[in-house]
Amino acid sequence: MNSTVLFRRGRVIDPRNGVDGVRDVLVRDGKVAEVSDAPLPVPPGAEVVEAEGRWVLPGFIDLHVHLREPGEEGKETVLTGCRAAVAGGFTAVVAMPNTKVVNDSGLVTELVLSRARAAGLCHVYPAGAITKGLKGEELAETGELVSSGCVAITDDGRPVMNAALMRRALQYATLFGVPVMVHEEDLTLSAGGAMHEGVTSTRLGLRGIPASAEVAMVARDLVLLEETKGRLHIAHVSCEGSVRLIREAKRRGLLVTAEATPHHVILDDRAVGDYDTHAKMAPPLRADRDVEALRDALVDGTVDAIATDHAPHGVLDKQVEFEKGINGIVGLETALGLTLELVHSGLLGANRAVELLTHGPAKAFGLPGGHLAPGAPADITVVDPSEEWTVDAHRFYSRSRNTPFHGRKQKGRVVQTWVSGRKVFSDGQVKESR
Amino acid sequence: MRHLLGIEGWRRDELEAVLDRARAHLPGGPDVTHTLRGKVVANLFFEDSTRTRTSFHMAARGLGAGVLNWSPSGSSTSKGETLLDTARNIEATGPVAIVMRHRSSGAPHLVAKHVRCAVINAGDGTHEHPSQALLDAFTLRQHWGGLDGRTVLIVGDILHSRVARSNLWCLKALGARVVFCGPPTLVPPGLESLGAEVTHNLDAVLPHADAVMCLRLQMERMGEAFLPSTKEYSRLFGLTPAREERMKAGALVMHPGPINRGLELAPSVADGPRSVILEQVSNGVAVRRAILEVCAS
Repeated sequence: MNSTVLFRRGRVIDPRNGVDGVRDVLVRDGKVAEVSDAPLPVPPGAEVVEAEGRWVLPGFIDLHVHLREPGEEGKETVLTGCRAAVAGGFTAVVAMPNTKVVNDSGLVTELVLSRARAAGLCHVYPAGAITKGLKGEELAETGELVSSGCVAITDDGRPVMNAALMRRALQYATLFGVPVMVHEEDLTLSAGGAMHEGVTSTRLGLRGIPASAEVAMVARDLVLLEETKGRLHIAHVSCEGSVRLIREAKRRGLLVTAEATPHHVILDDRAVGDYDTHAKMAPPLRADRDVEALRDALVDGTVDAIATDHAPHGVLDKQVEFEKGINGIVGLETALGLTLELVHSGLLGANRAVELLTHGPAKAFGLPGGHLAPGAPADITVVDPSEEWTVDAHRFYSRSRNTPFHGRKQKGRVVQTWVSGRKVFSDGQVKESR
Repeated sequence: MRHLLGIEGWRRDELEAVLDRARAHLPGGPDVTHTLRGKVVANLFFEDSTRTRTSFHMAARGLGAGVLNWSPSGSSTSKGETLLDTARNIEATGPVAIVMRHRSSGAPHLVAKHVRCAVINAGDGTHEHPSQALLDAFTLRQHWGGLDGRTVLIVGDILHSRVARSNLWCLKALGARVVFCGPPTLVPPGLESLGAEVTHNLDAVLPHADAVMCLRLQMERMGEAFLPSTKEYSRLFGLTPAREERMKAGALVMHPGPINRGLELAPSVADGPRSVILEQVSNGVAVRRAILEVCAS
């Protein structure tokens, strides 16, 4: 394997370092060595990537991924999830702790990390649980989780309903500097709900989940954040009201960050159509005005990161009555194409789109990477911005196929993914080191 | 073959064709026709039902079909069989139509995607109850000739009512004006954008209605804090004798059944001269014969 790689004449978009133009990028020993306006000479023995007409980007970082291991390996494993990640251009993922053995201890964190090392494809950063067993009753040992390698704590999939406990989690986490990531859902307001409450839920006769189920919790946690001087990250924001509150909190200088999923900025509640369980998720797909507010939030920085909430499920979890359908869809292999839809339609600049997939998430969680200055890890994603293709769920590297985007036409595709200077995905193939 | 999953999406002429056809099946017409002779209609009722189940049974028999009656108690559903497996197994016995009732909205849509025979929705969750709306429209047509320009007031728990949704689409398509009335906690959002009018003041709207349809109030709604008490509901939204007196001359009273007598509807009104409740039931068989003919043959 070459330790020296030269990416020639690609359009380098590196929002953190203010770069957007044709450059040569030289990689040596797993790090970015040089980024040059002028063509660089090919060092002896270097692998050359001809990138003319392509985008050479910092590797994407996904703050919100369910790898399902340990416990639900039939849906996904760390290995298959990492394959899906690099196929989608992601060089780092944050693994949620709501596995069937909950990641609320150093032991589980270490297991996930050792599986990730064995996969050898991309960086995996585990997130630990806020509360033991995700039960919302007692704090998990944040210190042990962080020293074992967790980069955030979250009870994702569930809210922390107990406000006093949430307040203490925010306070306690300041000891370790990790963000507290929250799934905002007041369970008394969402109870029994299957989709967003609006005209479509009325038409379909499905119990609605009002926007207030999310917005009220965002409001509560921003108040707690201000009191505790903690660090809060709001997962999968879906509502206009949440956007407004987060924007205001940021303006006032609170340490809050937020992510949005591609599906919440592309689809609205009408995607439920004829009771399509592939359009069932938590939070639910919202109304068109919420989608518009989220798009504005991507542009103006209220939302820091695009995160997929990659949630693999089996066929039987979805081929059921709508009310019984399990929440969530896979997202790693469709994230770029969907994000580029916003770029092609002029709603989002290419630069900002890249920032939302790279520096934005890196900064939110304090992760390495997300940019291409000399010395940065050589995590690089090469994109052909004009390639047209059709999403085919049967060809996903993920072990699961639960997506509402099967058959959707996309423009722009990942052609290569490099992690620490090693080519892990190229021309549709994942390159495992073994 | 055609599914009847909901009234939504059916055009006026299609609905009128079913209603016209139903007229031929009224008492006085042939007792048994042979449209479905030698065929089987499967009744899949995952939820309890007296009226609808019996009515579809009689309709199928009246067309010469055999009826396979299936219910979840004593079946493999209690052993954890999925809805799709149950439906596919029933389909494998060769029915021309599956008539199904299920507690989940959209359940017949799921089945329809996976079987080849016709699927007729006999009530799915809080979504639709198409045959009820058709028999309601049929009954109104018998009295009025046509529905154009008429105002139908639907009172009660609109949020959880599949009858309300099917009637909205059906009555609108046939030219009527639909007004919903109920407590704000039991009226779902967005009905206006679906073409209905909404009010919470029964007394204000009552004198303008050509027909009043009272919906059944389910007792568990009290426990879920949709309402404080049946007494208060009855006082605000019940069709009492005093309210009946303020109805238009000739205006009709309807109820899809079963009735909570004295709660949403006073006994004297339910049994009074305006009531067409039993006509609704007897028209049900004729209308369901027509539905089976249109869908299954």
